[in-house]
Amino acid sequence: MTDVTNAQSFDADPQFGDYYALLKPRVMQLVVFTALVGMLAAPVSVNPVVGFASILFLAIGAGASGALNMWWDADIDAVMKRTVNRPVPAGKVTAQSALYLGAALSGLSVMMLSLSANLLAGFMLAFTIFFYVVPYTMWLKRSTPQNIVIGGAAGAFPPVIGWTIATGTLAFEPWLMFALIFMWTPPHFWALALFMRNDYDDAKVPMLTVTHGRRATRNHILGYTIVLAVLAVGTAFSAIGGWVYLVTALVLNGLFLKGAFEIWRRDEDMSEADNFATERKFFRLSLWYLFAHFVAILVEAALSSFGMGAWG
Amino acid sequence: MSLRPEHELHSRRKSLNIGVGILLGAFVLLVMVLTFTKITSTDFRIPASQANGVGEQQNTGGTD
Repeated sequence: MTDVTNAQSFDADPQFGDYYALLKPRVMQLVVFTALVGMLAAPVSVNPVVGFASILFLAIGAGASGALNMWWDADIDAVMKRTVNRPVPAGKVTAQSALYLGAALSGLSVMMLSLSANLLAGFMLAFTIFFYVVPYTMWLKRSTPQNIVIGGAAGAFPPVIGWTIATGTLAFEPWLMFALIFMWTPPHFWALALFMRNDYDDAKVPMLTVTHGRRATRNHILGYTIVLAVLAVGTAFSAIGGWVYLVTALVLNGLFLKGAFEIWRRDEDMSEADNFATERKFFRLSLWYLFAHFVAILVEAALSSFGMGAWG
Repeated sequence: MSLRPEHELHSRRKSLNIGVGILLGAFVLLVMVLTFTKITSTDFRIPASQANGVGEQQNTGGTD
């Protein structure tokens, strides 16, 4: 982290929306969705008020980690096209405000989740915030090309926390959801890194594209996608799977493998010729991929509650 | 010298202040509803360490 923002002049007072943007609302949406699926897929029903409040506090915790990330990464956010309009590099909010907001909301969210759900859920949220901010943001993001792999773990915790909110314990099934997000994150971000070519180079973030080259990145995308496909289809035969999930997984993993194979087969000349059309298509598909898998898990949970669970 | 009814700073920060006010109000309301939900749930139990003095029915035999 540098003092890039300390020298900025602030023409106007920050507005409410600027502070909200510090919480990375789009990431919060993903957190809410996957945590909700984790909670509803659990074999224990949750009081709707307790469930709503717990997911809300979990989302606030995720937002807090986003604010802390923006505090620390203000210097590289100011360099990258994708992040230059974030509130700190755009000069709308000081980095110090992002730090204070992130720290305050971290404490509040962990405390309130512990009270609304249980201590284990609160502890897991605290660990997730810590993991995202300290090992990932402060250390590994700037030091290893495996940054995305490790950072993906932080984004993979919400369904596990959702499950813990409902049950107060840990089981095997939420870790399958964890593994799904964990293995999905690298190909998702590496595809982005392929077509946002100069962003990470300019920011000197050691993305795989920068440290090992674009050929190696294409190889990695294919490798991770193959492992992901095995894992995603295998999940169909667990307690959270079923016929609906199996069909969804087979279709989407077929498409995802096809996309990864096409990326692997191409070289830079081919990609530049069509402005990275295949890589962009793969990235868009990856968004639907994760969404559809979790919707399928949700459908299976709903079917189970009506006694129509596929394997049971 | 007359007092200005509203400093310019206040008008600039009005939307932020209103937003924070609404959020705080919503937070208080949520905590109230959450508390009510928890204490009226069937599995609610007063912890044994805090049950003394509440009433004989809840008194689970603390030693003091």
